Amino acid sequence: MLAVQNLRLKLNGKSIIDDLSLEVKKGEIHGILGENGTGKTTIAYLVMGVNNYKPTGGKMLFEGQDIADLSVSQRAKMGISLAWQEPARIEGLTVRDYLSLSGKNQGTENIESYLRMVGLEPAQYLDRDIDATLSGGERKRIELASVLAMRPKLAILDEPDSGIDIVALPLIFNGITEMSRQGSSVLLITHSEKMAEIAHRVSILCAGKIIRTGTPLESSQWFKDNCLTCPHINKPTELT
Amino acid sequence: MISQSVEKEYQGMLDAYEKAGGDKSALKSKDIAKLVIHENRVLGSDGVKGLKIETRETKTGVDVHLLVEEGAKIPRPVHLCFGILPKEGLQEIIMKVDAKDNSQVSVIAHCIFPHAVKVIHKMDADIDIGSNARFDYKETHYHGEAGGVEVIPKAKVRVGKGGVWQSTFALSQGLVGKLDYDFEVFCQEKAVAELVVKAYGRGSDDIKVWEKIYLDGMGARGLAKSRIVLSDRAKAEVRGETYGNAPYARGHVDCMELVNGTEAVAVAIPIVSVTNGKAKVTHEAAIGSIDRKQVETLMARGLDENEAVDVIVRGILR
Repeated sequence: MLAVQNLRLKLNGKSIIDDLSLEVKKGEIHGILGENGTGKTTIAYLVMGVNNYKPTGGKMLFEGQDIADLSVSQRAKMGISLAWQEPARIEGLTVRDYLSLSGKNQGTENIESYLRMVGLEPAQYLDRDIDATLSGGERKRIELASVLAMRPKLAILDEPDSGIDIVALPLIFNGITEMSRQGSSVLLITHSEKMAEIAHRVSILCAGKIIRTGTPLESSQWFKDNCLTCPHINKPTELT
Repeated sequence: MISQSVEKEYQGMLDAYEKAGGDKSALKSKDIAKLVIHENRVLGSDGVKGLKIETRETKTGVDVHLLVEEGAKIPRPVHLCFGILPKEGLQEIIMKVDAKDNSQVSVIAHCIFPHAVKVIHKMDADIDIGSNARFDYKETHYHGEAGGVEVIPKAKVRVGKGGVWQSTFALSQGLVGKLDYDFEVFCQEKAVAELVVKAYGRGSDDIKVWEKIYLDGMGARGLAKSRIVLSDRAKAEVRGETYGNAPYARGHVDCMELVNGTEAVAVAIPIVSVTNGKAKVTHEAAIGSIDRKQVETLMARGLDENEAVDVIVRGILR
């Protein structure tokens, strides 16, 4: 589905993504696990094409087509979508309108079902604006519902669990798993080992490089053994 | 007996009213208070129990007296429809409003100038809101695409103890032309005032907004809010002023102007003043381009860039 090959990004002369290669298969939940500042969100932005990020090298192939020069809309129309780590607030745009943009040609009932999937009661939320009156956790759950409503081929979820209360967390896990069951691929960006457990494979990112890919269990253990005790955080070249 | 020409004129206003988003059936219902004015002619006027509308036609407009009797709670919104259908004209509305103590009413006004090339619409309002009375006023304009309208709404509002004044002025359909909005509200003890202006300036539109709230009574509260979007060569100057003159008065000025393009010009001048140590007045003014992250959020749902900008603009002006 998504094949990232030797991807590079330099910003102001500094290497942010360094020769990164990654493959996400159809229906796969592929976790990206890493410390703060390793470039996890940058990968999300590069694949979605937002924030003016353009690779300085390498390829990003989606269903075999290089997407590097496509606009955000074009990528979305191909079936890629992004749930932002800190979603934007948009004054005057209701939850109903926002989900309707994603779930074009889907009835209200379906839109409501996506809200329920993330633990939000439609009657309480559909007519609210996605503005500053929502808490961070509510806004994130609406963002996830919006991506669910798109039924994307590839969902990029940037730390979907951050700011979510423990009651709703299992629902978020279920929603992501359900997305995969329905055939969507998921690029799951997280720094939570618990969240990474729902992935089929987990890649560990350090200083813009994938340094290991394996099952969630293997990768988590490796992360604990090597990353948490590593004195060279974000300097993989010094790993021995 | 209504002459054929007046009936035709009335029908023309009803059609334009409907096109502007108004509920035409409301202007035909006997249970709803209404006032329809074309140029300086009163085409329809009905009060309801507890609410009286008196009018006097003048050479250039109409003098209106709207009275809401003490304790009257008007169940359905009052509909006002003012307009000029020809390309040129002058309409001066002198409005006197008395909302007596403990009354409650909601007024929806549509101002319609669909073909204007050289039209001036002035409203000069003097408004008294009694103690514990509530007056909600929503004015929406519908202009054509020629941009030949000059709109000059001015109001002085006095809100009595525990009273509420809430007004929204919206001009986002058609070209604004020239707008010179000037509302000032004086709040007594525990009175509440909320002024909201929303406008979308395009072409060579020239927008001036001046909102003033004087919190003169203890515990009075006020909000002066504006949402302006500009594109092309449009320009806007927004002044939001709030004065905290009594203990526990709370006020806020909230101005947002978005500029789309390189030639439009936006100016915001918030003024906050406190003359009592126990009052608090705050302000926020944001001028800038449309937030890129908002645009990309919508693009990531499949909208083109222009569609995304349109959704954001419509949201702000909603």
